[in-house]
Amino acid sequence: MSAQTSAIRFDEVTLGYGRRPAVHHLDGTIPAGSLTAVVGPNGAGKSTLLKGIVGTLKPLEGHIGLNAPSSGIAYLPQAAEIDRSFPLSVYDLVAMGLWSRSGLFGGIARRDRTRVDEALSAVGLTGFERRPISTLSGGQMQRALFARLLLQDAPVILLDEPFTAIDAKTTADLLDLVRRWHDESRTVVAVLHDLDMVKRVFPHTLLIAREPVAWGRTPEVLSPENLLKARRMVEAHDPHADVCHRSVA
Amino acid sequence: MLDLFYTPFSEFEFMRRALVGVVAIALGGGPVGVFLMLRRMSLTGDAMAHAILPGAAVGYLLAGLSLPAMTVGGLFAGVIVAVAAGLVSRFTALKEDASLAAFYLLSLALGVTIVSLRGSNVDLLHVLFGTVLALDDNTLLLLASISTLTVLALAVLYRPLVLECVDPVFLRSVSRAGTPTHLIFLGLVVMNLVGGFHALGTLLAVGMMMLPAAASRFWTSDITTMMIVSVAIGILSGFSGLLLSFHAELPAGPAIILSAGAVYVMSLVVGREGGLLWLAWPGKHLEA
Repeated sequence: MSAQTSAIRFDEVTLGYGRRPAVHHLDGTIPAGSLTAVVGPNGAGKSTLLKGIVGTLKPLEGHIGLNAPSSGIAYLPQAAEIDRSFPLSVYDLVAMGLWSRSGLFGGIARRDRTRVDEALSAVGLTGFERRPISTLSGGQMQRALFARLLLQDAPVILLDEPFTAIDAKTTADLLDLVRRWHDESRTVVAVLHDLDMVKRVFPHTLLIAREPVAWGRTPEVLSPENLLKARRMVEAHDPHADVCHRSVA
Repeated sequence: MLDLFYTPFSEFEFMRRALVGVVAIALGGGPVGVFLMLRRMSLTGDAMAHAILPGAAVGYLLAGLSLPAMTVGGLFAGVIVAVAAGLVSRFTALKEDASLAAFYLLSLALGVTIVSLRGSNVDLLHVLFGTVLALDDNTLLLLASISTLTVLALAVLYRPLVLECVDPVFLRSVSRAGTPTHLIFLGLVVMNLVGGFHALGTLLAVGMMMLPAAASRFWTSDITTMMIVSVAIGILSGFSGLLLSFHAELPAGPAIILSAGAVYVMSLVVGREGGLLWLAWPGKHLEA
């Protein structure tokens, strides 16, 4: 697949809550098979952007174009949204990644069971199958969720702060999976805070602070000037903002 | 000795009918109760049990103590309240428990008033506490149909129901089944409450749902086992409650719920999964 095909295209996209924009006039494309980091201060609209791509949040203005059906997107939200007290086994949680194949009612074939075992082994959770999810540590939970992502086998993978509060060993293991997805020409977009990791692993970066600040090759995007600009933009938040009249091209 | 457990049912048909009725209620109510509990909707179930009352009361007002009229009225009222409360909580800032609490008080007062318009205190007692010892063929058929339909529907909806509890964001990202599933589930709750209403009355119907479910939580950390355990506890409570009422000459409905309550308290104390005794004396810690 050529790097020129776009996986996700943003046409003057504004996403927000109520009338307040959280992502303001984003325009551009994420090429198919690219590995992109989304970076920016807290409240800069990074998670909102992912929700917009998945489709759980409709744009206030503009359009998000996907080159795949919405089932072709695997999305890992911030871990806090999972009910860890629910009496469910690790195996069942991970097997939910087969949803696009099994759907609401379909059974899980023997071949799929093998794939679940492989996914568990790929994230180092072999032997955890019968454990209730309530007994997992934060890192183990994240490993399980990555196993589920593996099973989803999606061409586009969105990760929202996948390594926050995760130890170095687990981060390194899971980062290997991200590299593997990249090698398999999947499109990966990850919201991250660790700029060293971004520079090391992610060729492309979108720096965002409600407004897109810079977007392109990582070393150029993460210049000191751009980072300073990103910080200023969020600090300049105006509680009495007027209606935005910027024209949609 | 065995006679004590056997004779009441072999000698009296109304006891056999009552037993069949509570088994049917336990089969449907147990799994529904487990899901209500895991979805943190236990009080929702309670509130909806009361929401049925005015509908059943209107049926009673129009047709007297008639099974079809009171069933249809109850289903109607229950579905209206369930759907309204469900939609309110999904699309407004008001949480489901708050809107349901309002509905429940209103419904109870309205229902009791409507029944009193026409009936005697005996009829009011019938509506509030049920008539488990006077189940006729049609009522038994209704109870059996409800539990059959419930078990089938839960089997079909099992996956989205579980997923919506554990990880609603994930469900939304892979499927649009979330909202319909939720609404169908609320429909099942109403159906089971209407069934339970005929046997146990509007005040106690929810007891055969929530007490076995709450008790089962103390015995297992696997949802499938939990549903089986809650059905077993429901049947056991129905059986022992009927015996208790027969031998000690207690009202049957409350005796059944008291039995379920006794199982719950026992589970709370000695249950293997987080029961009080195990919390107090967990034993010495392990190597790893």
